[in-house]
Amino acid sequence: MGLLDKHLGYRAPLDGIRAAGADPSSVRFDAVLSPTEGILDGKQVILLGTNNYLGLTFDPECIEASAAAVREWGTGTTGSRFANGTYSGHTDLERALAGFYGRKHAMVFTTGYQANLGGISGLVGRGDHLILDADSHASIYDAARLSQAEVIRFRHNDPEDLHKRLRRMGDQAKGSLIVVEGIYSMIGDVAPLKEMVAVKNEMGAYLLVDEAHSMGVLGAKGRGLAEAAGVEDDVDFIIGTFSKSLGSVGGFLVSDAENFDLLRIVSRPYMFTASLPPAVIASTLVALKRCEADVGLRAQLAANADQLYDGLREMGYAVGPHASPITAVVMPDQAMAVTMWNALLANGVYLNLAIPPATPNNLSLLRSSVSAAHTPEQIGTVLDVFEKLGLHYGLLQRSRRASA
Amino acid sequence: MGGSRMVELATDLTVREVARAAETVLGRSVQVTPETDIARDLAVDSLALMNIVMELEDRFDLSIPLDRLATVQTVGDLSELINKLRVKA
Ligand SMILES: Cc1ncc(COP(=O)(O)O)c(C=O)c1O
Repeated sequence: MGLLDKHLGYRAPLDGIRAAGADPSSVRFDAVLSPTEGILDGKQVILLGTNNYLGLTFDPECIEASAAAVREWGTGTTGSRFANGTYSGHTDLERALAGFYGRKHAMVFTTGYQANLGGISGLVGRGDHLILDADSHASIYDAARLSQAEVIRFRHNDPEDLHKRLRRMGDQAKGSLIVVEGIYSMIGDVAPLKEMVAVKNEMGAYLLVDEAHSMGVLGAKGRGLAEAAGVEDDVDFIIGTFSKSLGSVGGFLVSDAENFDLLRIVSRPYMFTASLPPAVIASTLVALKRCEADVGLRAQLAANADQLYDGLREMGYAVGPHASPITAVVMPDQAMAVTMWNALLANGVYLNLAIPPATPNNLSLLRSSVSAAHTPEQIGTVLDVFEKLGLHYGLLQRSRRASA
Repeated sequence: MGGSRMVELATDLTVREVARAAETVLGRSVQVTPETDIARDLAVDSLALMNIVMELEDRFDLSIPLDRLATVQTVGDLSELINKLRVKA
């Protein structure tokens, strides 16, 4: 009897996936050549599952800023924001984020996961009500637990269902906190934010949007879904991450809320963990400026997303409801998802295998994310591989050429 | 006597609704008694349980906060929780 015996239910599924080829949960890159290419087991692959939406991980300016910061400030802060871990870069970045969103306050966390943990658990506590989309990210569910608030779920992206559940709560709906995501990370679908704002306003609730996958992607300035939907004034809190469009690591919360500064002395995931290294802060600051100013990146990203989504859909693959930098191809079952994932890898395409329970509706998905840095030729190559394998495994009935 | 019979009857009905909600979410038929262990006997993971609860909220037009599920292990526990919340509502 070992302490880990309680997890033995996962033994057979994990071994089964390993037996089918590579293990998606322990993929190791031998080298990363660019935002869109890497070496995996000695083989060069196109990276199509990295959330590197703007392709800024190798941006020369970001790299230079990072290198200069590590020389000037050292490799780490060796302390939490609350104690010795606040350097001028951290407060500069908070000012820049507040400015970017046009808000009074911003707070930087060490990861996006912790931004949800620390933001949400700082906003609601025992006796408060937290209203979550059923398909919320694990960090939002974990935040709910940490908060000890009363949690009610509503059906994914369904404003009417949200309305019904708030009405059911009676007087308690007023002052509750609704949490939604800009772009949902598995399928790439977007929240109907305008309709949700209408519900929120009618019921007197607060609204928090996690723009993890929509920052830098949606909106003319890249501020995310709230900007794109034209409802920024009605969104009370925005959470985001540096680990996707901004190409580093870290998370943030911005708001106009009064007494925001008190979060810094009550939010445990903010107070009791080391702050981000100066090199990370420095590249993030530059990436944020690029994200706002370089509208060409967003246009290229959208074009690439369309090319992949339209190509897959036209071949006959089951994809999400609309084009988005995240495109998930629905596989008939988990075994085929694992087979296809391995075959894609063998053919030089790396993307994410997403299987239950991490997926909505127990779907088995091949989840891809495109970058502004992908060339149309790379996406063309990916489509060719998808077509070849789809025909080989009987997922597609006929080739594009035959049907044209 | 009559009072406790009524409570038993209500519990029976709730147990039956839990079974029906589970069938809707799991897409298969289930046999339950109040002693049925939800995770072990029905092979229901935490996500499926949350979906069953959502289904039950609609059947009973009731809010069932997820934090209350911490003490729920059996179908009987869940039924009891629902009946308690119904009295309060
Ligand atoms: C919606 C959402 N929120 C938060 C996070 C956590 O962000 P990070 O990986 O930067 O900690 C992620 C991604 O992992 C996410 O998809």
